[in-house]
Amino acid sequence: MRCFIGIDLGSTTTKAVVMDEGGEVLGRGITNSRSNYDTAAAVSKQEALIGARFTLFRRALEGVPALSGKLDAFLSELERNFRHVQFLEQLDDLEATSLKHSSGLRFLGREKALAEALAEVFRQLRHDSAEVFAPGARRRSDFFRDIAGSRFMAAAEPTCKSAGLSFDLMLNVYDKSIIEVENRPPGGAMEGKFLKALGNTAQACGAEWGSSAAPVAAVAADAVEQPVRAALAIPLEETYVVGTGYGRVRLPFPKEHIRSEILCHGLGAHMMYAGTRTVLDIGGQDTKSIQVDKDGIVENFQMNDRCAAGTGRYLGYVADEMNMGLHELGPLALKAQKTLRINSTCTVFAGAELRDRLALGDRREDILAGLHRAIILRAMSIISRSGGIRDQFTFTGGVAKNEAAVRELGKLVKENYGDVTININPDSIYTGALGGSEFARRAVTA
Amino acid sequence: MTATTQTTAALVERCRALFEDLHFESARAWKKAAPGRHVVAYMPIYVPREIIHAAGMLPLGILGGGEDLEVIHGDAYYQSYICRIPRSTLELGITGRLDFVDGFLFPSICDVIRNLSGIWKLLFPEVYVRYFDVPQNYDDGVGGEYYVRELQELRDGLAKLAGREIGDDALRASIAVYNENRRLTRDVYALRAQAPWMAPTSEVYLLMRAGMVLPVEEHNQLLREYLAAARREARPKRDNCRIVMNGLFCEQPPFNLIKAIEMSGCYVVDDDFMLVNRWLLDDVATQGDPIAALASAFLHRSAETSAKYQPVRELKGKFLVDSVKDNHAEGVIFAAPSFCDPALLDRPMLESTLDRVDVPHIGFKYAENSGQMQPVREQAGTFADSIKLWSTP
Amino acid sequence: MTAKIQPPRPAPATKEVVKEESQVKQKEMIARNYDLLTDTANNGKKVVSTFVPGNLNELIMCFDMLNNLPEINAIQNGMKKLSGDYIAEAEKRGHSEDVCTYVKADLGMMAKGNLAPNGKPMGKPDLLLLSYTGCFTFMKWFELLREEYKCPTVMLHVPYQGDGHPTQNMRDYIVKQLKNDVIPALEKASGVKFDIDRLRGYLRESARAEDDLVAVLESAKHKPSPIDSYFGGVYYIGPIFTAFRGTPDATEYYRLLRAEVEERIRLGLGPITPEGDMKSQKYRLVVEGPPNWTSFRDFWKMFYDEGAVVVASSYTKVGGLYDRGFRHDPDHPLESLADYCLGVYTNHSLPQRVGLLEQYVRDYEADGLLINSIKSCNSFSAGQLMIMREIEKRTGKPGAFIETDLVDPRYFSAANVKNRLESYFQMIDQKRRAVPSAA
Repeated sequence: MRCFIGIDLGSTTTKAVVMDEGGEVLGRGITNSRSNYDTAAAVSKQEALIGARFTLFRRALEGVPALSGKLDAFLSELERNFRHVQFLEQLDDLEATSLKHSSGLRFLGREKALAEALAEVFRQLRHDSAEVFAPGARRRSDFFRDIAGSRFMAAAEPTCKSAGLSFDLMLNVYDKSIIEVENRPPGGAMEGKFLKALGNTAQACGAEWGSSAAPVAAVAADAVEQPVRAALAIPLEETYVVGTGYGRVRLPFPKEHIRSEILCHGLGAHMMYAGTRTVLDIGGQDTKSIQVDKDGIVENFQMNDRCAAGTGRYLGYVADEMNMGLHELGPLALKAQKTLRINSTCTVFAGAELRDRLALGDRREDILAGLHRAIILRAMSIISRSGGIRDQFTFTGGVAKNEAAVRELGKLVKENYGDVTININPDSIYTGALGGSEFARRAVTA
Repeated sequence: MTATTQTTAALVERCRALFEDLHFESARAWKKAAPGRHVVAYMPIYVPREIIHAAGMLPLGILGGGEDLEVIHGDAYYQSYICRIPRSTLELGITGRLDFVDGFLFPSICDVIRNLSGIWKLLFPEVYVRYFDVPQNYDDGVGGEYYVRELQELRDGLAKLAGREIGDDALRASIAVYNENRRLTRDVYALRAQAPWMAPTSEVYLLMRAGMVLPVEEHNQLLREYLAAARREARPKRDNCRIVMNGLFCEQPPFNLIKAIEMSGCYVVDDDFMLVNRWLLDDVATQGDPIAALASAFLHRSAETSAKYQPVRELKGKFLVDSVKDNHAEGVIFAAPSFCDPALLDRPMLESTLDRVDVPHIGFKYAENSGQMQPVREQAGTFADSIKLWSTP
Repeated sequence: MTAKIQPPRPAPATKEVVKEESQVKQKEMIARNYDLLTDTANNGKKVVSTFVPGNLNELIMCFDMLNNLPEINAIQNGMKKLSGDYIAEAEKRGHSEDVCTYVKADLGMMAKGNLAPNGKPMGKPDLLLLSYTGCFTFMKWFELLREEYKCPTVMLHVPYQGDGHPTQNMRDYIVKQLKNDVIPALEKASGVKFDIDRLRGYLRESARAEDDLVAVLESAKHKPSPIDSYFGGVYYIGPIFTAFRGTPDATEYYRLLRAEVEERIRLGLGPITPEGDMKSQKYRLVVEGPPNWTSFRDFWKMFYDEGAVVVASSYTKVGGLYDRGFRHDPDHPLESLADYCLGVYTNHSLPQRVGLLEQYVRDYEADGLLINSIKSCNSFSAGQLMIMREIEKRTGKPGAFIETDLVDPRYFSAANVKNRLESYFQMIDQKRRAVPSAA
């Protein structure tokens, strides 16, 4: 089937969206951005294609009676197993690479001990991975780097200690290896991974369905495997790829395949909300206000791309000043009894004003409410310059997840522009990639 | 309580209410009180209010929206590296707070205000807008003739707006009333310079702000009452150092900044907030051609400020040195709005002038909505201390 | 010796810039002027410093004085990447980070030896002609220089066209100042008596050059445009805005330039750029605002890479507006100088500027207006957001807004500029595509 792909190389994460000819989103992928842009793009694309496969599985399994009522559970089980298989494969790569990096003059005399210690560490990691990917397991991050990294550190320290090896030595090996592994273009046939995961899932499901119903389980397994194999066989043709991304000296795409992130963002917001006319994106490092027409094409835009005030960084700074986590700011601000006026437009001055207030005895909640209002006021300025807010208004970016910021925005919009529908999508991080995929689709089908 | 026995507190409270009212209720009420009345707004630094007054109209001084006005729409017109006064003034306009204003004068203070006059024309085409370009040449035959004709054009434009002629007699009468206003203003400033504890700057400031919105006759009365009350009340004298403030002639500081300066041990014995009623240094002639009188006063007896050209190199900054001397000040605090071309470009020259006569000075920037006063208190406090400790008596 | 054989072509268009005759001539003129300015100890010439808007070059020539333009010096330093240090020096000496970077570059240059582009020091001017035209900062700039040099200063106040047109009062005021103050000051500084007929002669010469200049500027109405009227335009306005207006050299320069441009039209060629001839012109733009000087070439290349040619600009009118009919008039010499000063772009009211830009967008069939907003220049910048919206409203064409600075390299972010430019061009592309069909 023809697929149209949008890839958004952000400063922290790289996102990809895969769309079919009809404009339906098949899959989405996200990975952490890294030094090799080609790889970051490839990994996110691969993740999105994996997502597309799961969509195809879902479509294929929708009519299967054995799974009626259990489809969601089955698919999440399948995905869990798939991720586990993926993880183990990458772990193998990391182990092999680590071993490679643990030989040489530096390690003279300790090579054998190091190799043994590494083997032990990776044995533990493999063993523990089941727990990481157990049903219902929660993790801070889904990225290999984060999962493997934290686990590696936890296992390596005691292992090194008991082996009489310097932890730093192993850390050194790890650092070199993870970069290499991460920047290696993703390889390995997907089919094999899916089938392996399917096998594990069927086993688990068989066990769940009760061993006494073994013949039923066998039939059920078969009824499931056929459609899945059929879905796997559908070729996903990468018909057109559009890339976007900001501040990169060189995007890993040919020029005709690149669209500015402003256009992609505008179109992506339109795809999510066809009635949107104004889009505000408060990112980690910049803020954009975009006006789009009824077809999602940008008519006007303004950016704040040189000042931290009014961007996510402002809140990051506040979090640091108050010794809190970024995600704790919003909830605390919601408890404010009043909104204190924070006048400083500059992030650094706002910090001083914040300290001033604390010293004067003002409540943290009230100060935070003021700081949230301040960041939104800055955004309102950019919006104003781009032409104001027209119905409907879509708010994207990390700050859109902050309830206190959203509340202030709602207030200011109402006060200044009247009754406007405000759209916030929990998946707004994919807005740019979504727009990119639609551009790809329009480039071919329009 | 009769007018003659009001306390300074009561008078200042009235002024504060006027200062905080961003809907200009008192000016609106004035306009509604009789048919055919018009209001003409003006921005810093100087316009001949007499001409407006002589046409039966109310001059309304606009000094931006201040710290309590959140600017949302005004920001659509200005990049971040431009001062706040034009954006808050536009905010006032766009949000309808100035919908009762029939005319607006924009003096030639800098390029931002200059261009704002053009923006106002485009946004509010029904309003009589005039860029008031004063001469930088002070020769009677050159700048003087130009100015006389400019004033005549202004007079004609205002007459048309008012719907009536502005006769010479009316103009002379207005000059007389404004002479009184200038005299009383000078008296207040003199009192403060003489005995600053009797007329704190935080009070004088609000008194002068009231003069921006009240009819001049009422303001004159207010000034008289304040002078009487201030001279009556016994207030403690403090061991504060005496300073002159310079640079605040357009975008105004937050009120707390003035309080912060006073609280940190300084008596402000001269300043340049609101120069409109201190621009002409003495009485304008009430005999003869009133336009010529206004022109002559402007050319030969007007204040000096950053927006004005000083033709004689040796005299650059002399006004500041004279102010320090005449008011027995011990130092100068330069406070300029961020991005203010006139004040910031002028400052190094004024500082050199002060250095040559060993007058200590400090400087900082503010915005009309600056929030944190701690640095101001620290700087001013340290300055005051250093003057007390190390200046030669 | 070229490595490959090229088929015969009508005009050389290789990357190795074969300079056009006019370019060579201008370079010589500029170099000669700086040589004179840096050799006054020997050549005995008197120097007057003045400004580009309100540059009374013909009058100055009547007194055999050399014309020094601090703005041009700042531009030269900007393009040579020296201004960053000069600005830092000025800020160290107490000048605010918020003020005009031309002023700071000039003060910094003076502090570091006052070296001209030829590497030699320039002497003290004999007179500062403070032509207070179109920009408040000029007043303070020369007050600052006056304090440094302690030299005679004469101020010419050119009133602002607040109502969108000059008045007789304004003209009279300027003429009186010329008679009363400026001419006597020039006489005193130079020791030469004023001869109004000399002035007439120079003005006559100026008018000739002005005709050719306008023809060059209006050539951009062609498709493809043979010139770039912003980046290229900066070179075209050089002689007429600076020390050469009224000289036979300048007239000759414009004659040559016009012929070169007409030849390019005949051959259907685009403008010459540092990257080579511009082959495809995908976007025609009107640009408002001065250029950035410290990354001038990089900035130009961004346009070139996108196939964007500038067909008209406001900056090419900053030192005089000639494409609306004004010519220096020898029959009314002083009034003509007054009208010239009153008519420079930065002395126009905001509504006038909007009107002019709107006409440009229409007359030159542009795809839109691009504004390069300069951080340290309030005269141009305050109000540009309004201009952009007005032009969008009146012409229906999209506007672009970029923020940089004149000569402070800290305020040019190539990535940000490129991002905004690319987005703008893609916006135009998408709009073009949408026009025939409804998606």
